[in-house]
Amino acid sequence: MNRMYRLFQGRYAGLGSIVLLAIVLMVVMPLAFDIYRLNLAGRYLTYAFVALGLVLCWGYGGILSLGQGIFFGIGGYAMAMFLKIESSDPESTSIQTTPGIPDFMDWNRITELPWFWVPFNSLTFTIIAVLVLPAAFAFLIGFAMFKRRVSGVYFAIITQALAVVLTILIIGQQGYTGGINGITDLRTLLGWDIRDDSSRYLLYYLNAILLIGCLLIGRWVLNCKYGRILTALRDKEERVRFSGYDVANFKVFIFCLAAFISGIGGAMFTLQVGFMSPSFIGIVPSIEFVIFAAVGGRLSLVGGVYGALIVSFAKTMFAEAYPQLWQFLIGAVFILVVLVLPYGLASIYGRFGQRLRTPLARWFGDRKTHSSTSDDGLQEKRS
Amino acid sequence: MSGFSSQELLAIFAMQGFAGVSFFSVLLLMALGLAIIYGQMRVINMAHGEFMVIGAYATYLCSITLGALPGMTDYYLFFAIPIAFGSAFLVGYIVELTLIRHLYHRPLDTLLATWGLALIMQQGFRSAFGAREVSVLVPDWLRGSYRPTMMIDIPLNGIAILVLTLLVTLGVWWFLYRSRWGLRVRCTTANRDMSGAVGINTKRVDRVTFALGCGIAGIAGAAFTTISSTGPTSGSLYIVDTFLVVVFGGAGSLVGTIASAFSIAQAQSLMEFFLGSSMAKVLTLLTVIGILLLRPEGLIASKVRR
Repeated sequence: MNRMYRLFQGRYAGLGSIVLLAIVLMVVMPLAFDIYRLNLAGRYLTYAFVALGLVLCWGYGGILSLGQGIFFGIGGYAMAMFLKIESSDPESTSIQTTPGIPDFMDWNRITELPWFWVPFNSLTFTIIAVLVLPAAFAFLIGFAMFKRRVSGVYFAIITQALAVVLTILIIGQQGYTGGINGITDLRTLLGWDIRDDSSRYLLYYLNAILLIGCLLIGRWVLNCKYGRILTALRDKEERVRFSGYDVANFKVFIFCLAAFISGIGGAMFTLQVGFMSPSFIGIVPSIEFVIFAAVGGRLSLVGGVYGALIVSFAKTMFAEAYPQLWQFLIGAVFILVVLVLPYGLASIYGRFGQRLRTPLARWFGDRKTHSSTSDDGLQEKRS
Repeated sequence: MSGFSSQELLAIFAMQGFAGVSFFSVLLLMALGLAIIYGQMRVINMAHGEFMVIGAYATYLCSITLGALPGMTDYYLFFAIPIAFGSAFLVGYIVELTLIRHLYHRPLDTLLATWGLALIMQQGFRSAFGAREVSVLVPDWLRGSYRPTMMIDIPLNGIAILVLTLLVTLGVWWFLYRSRWGLRVRCTTANRDMSGAVGINTKRVDRVTFALGCGIAGIAGAAFTTISSTGPTSGSLYIVDTFLVVVFGGAGSLVGTIASAFSIAQAQSLMEFFLGSSMAKVLTLLTVIGILLLRPEGLIASKVRR
């Protein structure tokens, strides 16, 4: 027993919480929920990807991006474009003026597939696009800004403005993007119906596995030397710079990683929900992603996931019953989390967990063990 | 632009220019408050748009009470503007006292907390005034337009807002650079610790500055009512533009804020005619972001060392 307990100390610290999360996602939730709620949970878990990215770049890198919806949207739209082309084969769109192109293009009197839609005929290209495009876009933004030492509040505002730009662009270019309705009516992936129950289960599990994979990547990144430097530059950027590190490159990397993870979330969102629209890109969703990370705990990778799940479920329940109350409530949550609980729910867990772990360690006869651990990072002080 | 004669182009520029002036006025009034607050306390107030809406609703209330009195319809705006200022000032003062002052050392967190505040305020407006947009009685002397030539048509309310904006800007300039309070504000902006050491109550200065910034947003709301109708979420339409104005102008610089508000408003208004409003907005925002990347300190950087 002693050895087993030690397994979760030191090198493997924080793995316990990931394993616990994996059990919750893969065993508890599928057993507890019917397929409708499970699909809902799967949708919320796609937000968790973005929250996870924010924990990495905001919690540990100190880079608050109010434009994470951009990357969620790019991933989601890339997947949606592929599915839309597939569902608009010439037979099923034969009533259109131009069969074989997506319906909204036909409504906007566009007669052939625009050039940037053409590569999305191929699933391979689409998957590469989902994985590469958000990170590439983040690289452009990050490189331009961090090299110029734009940071903090300025960075937040500029990313927010970019999210607005992208939303306006998508809504304005209705013929190419589907406008405000987005890309809807997505049914099949390579002929496989993504709407029936068995495929929903499959997609949910795929989603959960990908999420756990991203968590592990995040944990690995934070635990290696890079993670140390990242935290250091969050707390004292000048000092890291004077120690000879090129701070901008470190920031660009974590920003790209966050975008990469968010993009996967976006693609999984499209697959599970069956549409993608600009309402998941703009200011409001982008800030919602931040609140997920903040509620869960900005220094806790798993916290971000729980934050996304809890806030989204609460939103669904409250917003249905008392839509007016919900907005007051979420506003209050924003303020309270910032004022009272800056490290989110994870800090509560950390505090109680600490109390729980110490006697547990004694129980296992290991008096010296003090859990100095886990990614809840209570020990870390902010400058 | 081909297809227009040079005279037509001139008229288009003149008219779109004046259409941009109303936008410029509201933007400048919003940005002035935000710039003062950001310049002094490094706090970004995401709820700034909602303070504008407070002013707008205050004007609306004045218009349905005062404006309904016989003979007052033409003059109620003169009372409404101070009331709009006062109500936004008061709410700003309370917000600073209860919320903002706990967050001065955490600028990114202020951003989130004030966003929460904005949500609450929006819902508050919705509960109090309903989700439908309301509009005020526009006095007769603000209707109609001034026509210097056949092709140019300048609405009077745009001119009135411009005059109001100029007066408020002058007032802010006077307050900051010619009054005792302004001296304290500038001191605190330049060096907080030192100001404290020479006996300035910096906390009180913060509070008044924050409330003043909100109050100016309230005046912006009063101006806003004469060009558009007010809804619970009207403020959020302006907030991104306002932030960019502040950042683009170089925070803490009055001249920079004016110049950037003017260029952003005019660029958008002129492009709107040729490209449509959404593309104009996209291009303006992208241009501003591009220039900001070349010059992160903004148009006019403050010389204060930090």
